[in-house]
Amino acid sequence: MTTTAFLNTPELLDQLQSGEVTSTDLVTTCLDRIAKVDDHIGAFLNVDRDAALQQAVNIDERRQAGETLGPLAGVPVAVKDNICANGTRTTCASRMLEEFVPPYDAHVIQLLRQADAVLIGRTNLDEFAMGSSCENSAFQSTRNPWDTERTPGGSSGGSAAAVAAGMTPLSIGSDTGGSIRQPAAFCGVVGMKPTYGRVSRYGLVAFASSLDQIGPFANDVTGAAFLLEALSGHDQRDSTSIDCPVPAYSQTLDQPLGGLRIGIAKEHFIEGLDAEVEQAVHAAVDVYRSLGAEVKQVTLPHSQYCVAVYYIVAPSEASSNLARYDGVHYGHRATDFENMVDMYSASRGEAFGDEVKRRIMLGTYALSAGYYDAYYLKALKVRRLIRQDFDRAFEDVDVIASPVTPTPAFKIGELIDDPLAMYLTDMYTISANLAGTPGISLPCGFSSDGLPIGLQLQAAPFEEERLLRAARMYEREAEWHTQRPSVPSHSTS
Amino acid sequence: MSELTADDVKKVASLARLTLAEGDVARYQEQLGNVLNYVDRLDEVDTTDVEPMAHAIETVNVFRQDEPRDSLDREQALANAPQTDGTYFLVPAILDEG
Repeated sequence: MTTTAFLNTPELLDQLQSGEVTSTDLVTTCLDRIAKVDDHIGAFLNVDRDAALQQAVNIDERRQAGETLGPLAGVPVAVKDNICANGTRTTCASRMLEEFVPPYDAHVIQLLRQADAVLIGRTNLDEFAMGSSCENSAFQSTRNPWDTERTPGGSSGGSAAAVAAGMTPLSIGSDTGGSIRQPAAFCGVVGMKPTYGRVSRYGLVAFASSLDQIGPFANDVTGAAFLLEALSGHDQRDSTSIDCPVPAYSQTLDQPLGGLRIGIAKEHFIEGLDAEVEQAVHAAVDVYRSLGAEVKQVTLPHSQYCVAVYYIVAPSEASSNLARYDGVHYGHRATDFENMVDMYSASRGEAFGDEVKRRIMLGTYALSAGYYDAYYLKALKVRRLIRQDFDRAFEDVDVIASPVTPTPAFKIGELIDDPLAMYLTDMYTISANLAGTPGISLPCGFSSDGLPIGLQLQAAPFEEERLLRAARMYEREAEWHTQRPSVPSHSTS
Repeated sequence: MSELTADDVKKVASLARLTLAEGDVARYQEQLGNVLNYVDRLDEVDTTDVEPMAHAIETVNVFRQDEPRDSLDREQALANAPQTDGTYFLVPAILDEG
């Protein structure tokens, strides 16, 4: 039974519906797997075994009683620890929120509960989702299941590693500059950032509100489609949530796209791109060619500026969003201070980690008098040019194929002392957040060191259905997603 | 743009209400300075007549009915506070006594 969590979502749903497996069996298998391997991986910050089992028992009882159940009934889903769940500690991997227990559910948590998914545990991240390696977590590092000397990526590294190591079939994360797609690529799983506005951000602890978006992780494209369908839809409580119908992604997924036009941008194949990653992406494009797709060159001339724009826009929004942590309403309060202002500064100075401080200071600087026009306003203008590049490209092609990351997973400690070098690892993913477009990362091969390589596909806003179908066309042909890491574990039976 | 100084770092930390250890200032100065030097490449881009884009999906004036709804009760609202008297959030004195 140890491989149950590697089954794909429709197989799990079939087995649960037919009674071949109960949710209690499935959840127990996942919990046992967590107990067995997570000491080596560190994907989870918090697993409440009894609460998870109670949800499973409850769903099994309702199934027995003949009740109509939700579309994910009985399937475990792990949740990144920056998404609020009522009564469940939500730490953002920060000392600031170490004891924070939200009194409400995020919209996506409500939707997962309505879908009868089992919330199996809370996954590690870079503090407040700021980072690309999970090394900025205040509590633990997460290790890559393919090579435990390496990072799983970030910031949603815990959610990616949990799926990769077979601890859960599904998980959710958030993506502000690549925080779903990059760890998906590093861990050899599927991860998707939907169009900005497709999924409600209500209850997602805000990092950069114009960029943040929640999305799914799964061990294949089909699982991602099922989960995205459950997460999507309009929510009045997020004023940027878009009121447009949600296609039945899971139903159309296996229909290949006739006349698919794949775009390749020369700006994506530049100095710094690892040769094996480049090769794997070109090979993936060849697979599309063999399936009858037309491959066309497109140009994204402003993509070279996306990292610079992002590191003005995201920290600026973060400096504003994180001003709420004042040691008054919730979060850490220092014990030693002289007055009110000193209380704020001491509390924030003690409880925020290095990277969070750096970004708050960068943002504060970019927004401060005398620099606002030169930095923030300038960045917003270039942001529009980046979006216009995409608009023009998507007039000619349906999907743009590119690397997800310039290299496979880097080593723990390799980049942590050089923030700028770490930032540059997000060069292929950031533009989708700036432009608001959807993107998916799926496995497209392995390096000679045995590390997964990701293929990124991007589409025009609200074209998730096409994106998933295009991704599935490749996956079915290439079958990289069936490869599993051999994860070290305890020798307990 | 001009180089980021140690005083700039201290000033920005003060604006952001962040107490920094004195020993950390030089490190932040170098790291933030590197990032700011990097973003200076935006100066190369001609943005004449380009409107700033603050949001990816540009929606305007999203309205809803102004209907009363339940809010958190007092106990829930105070539950995560570092210090309360059961009725209010407690903060250090802001005004001098007397």
